[in-house]
Amino acid sequence: MMRFLMWVLGAVLLGGIVHLSTVLALPRAANQDAYSRLTPITPVNSMVALPGPTPENATMPFMDPAFAAAVCRYDLSDGSLKLIAPVSQAYTSVTFYTRNSVAYYAINDRAAGRRSIELDLMTPDQHAQVPEEEDVTAADRLIIESPSTKGLIVLRALAAERGLMGAARGALSRATCSIQQVQ
Amino acid sequence: MRLLFGSCFTLLVAAAIGLGATWFTLTRGIAFGSLSIGAWKAWPKSGSVDIDPYARASIARSGELPIGLGDGVTFYAHTDDAGRNFDGRCTFSISGMTPPARYWTVTLYDPEGRLVANSIDRHGFTSEEIVRDIDGSFSIAAAPLARPGNWLPTGGIEQFILVWRLYDTPIGVATRTTKEGPMPAIARKGCS
Repeated sequence: MMRFLMWVLGAVLLGGIVHLSTVLALPRAANQDAYSRLTPITPVNSMVALPGPTPENATMPFMDPAFAAAVCRYDLSDGSLKLIAPVSQAYTSVTFYTRNSVAYYAINDRAAGRRSIELDLMTPDQHAQVPEEEDVTAADRLIIESPSTKGLIVLRALAAERGLMGAARGALSRATCSIQQVQ
Repeated sequence: MRLLFGSCFTLLVAAAIGLGATWFTLTRGIAFGSLSIGAWKAWPKSGSVDIDPYARASIARSGELPIGLGDGVTFYAHTDDAGRNFDGRCTFSISGMTPPARYWTVTLYDPEGRLVANSIDRHGFTSEEIVRDIDGSFSIAAAPLARPGNWLPTGGIEQFILVWRLYDTPIGVATRTTKEGPMPAIARKGCS
């Protein structure tokens, strides 16, 4: 009896280890995560409008149907990225995700406080190479550090009423993201 | 012989426990640091780098992109205030006020996060388009058949969920003093 209990205890401990390691490994093994879903429809380092979700079809689950969305799937290995996003009438936000869908930075039109959101995205190494005086003189230059080389930038513009969806899409269609060549 | 049996048994049970627990936590959407107001639950940290491993695994599995914490907070409800499941064949009223936010949206999904097909092509409301009472409060009827006022069609599906997104809000970012914040009350009004 005692021996049987020992086996059970061992099984439970081992089961705990299996559980924790699968939970930790899953984000790396997932092939249906947001980045994988977007890869076939988004060229790298360019802004692409996402189709709005419908009952039959949605790029990702739990998309907000009141928002127009655009995605820039980035890869910073060839240089830093410049993002320019004009602000729509109602509400516009820019959210940055790592390759594994972790949101590491988000900014909205009010926080940006201008008619368009402009910022530079770079890896920590690229940021370290930015000449210091340039960093200072361009005080209003917003630099975001990406923890991963690859990731996603998602622009969302609210259509506060149904009829405004066209305007929200229009505002997003003027957004751009492009690689700045290394000087 | 006994050792062989013992170790086989242990390994099998360990695999069953480990994988079973992983499956269970991911399908049930268990994560730490939740913020509950009535039947509404939010995980503000899921939109930041402080996201916990369970939420991370669950997001990787479902393929969704959580709203960034600086952008807004998402509340989910699967039941009414009395704990009864959202059955699409029943009528639920969602009424009251919301916490401060520049904009909010409410959307009805099936449990997998898909929109639900219906005759008027309505899947939710925004804070701008909802019809309000004089005091600013509102009432939404989630029901399979048309209702006057703010009708949110359920399509008659077996189980639906409601997602309330607050954009540009101090909730979740600031302190927990909003614990008793005014999220809308949900009540079942009968089934057809």
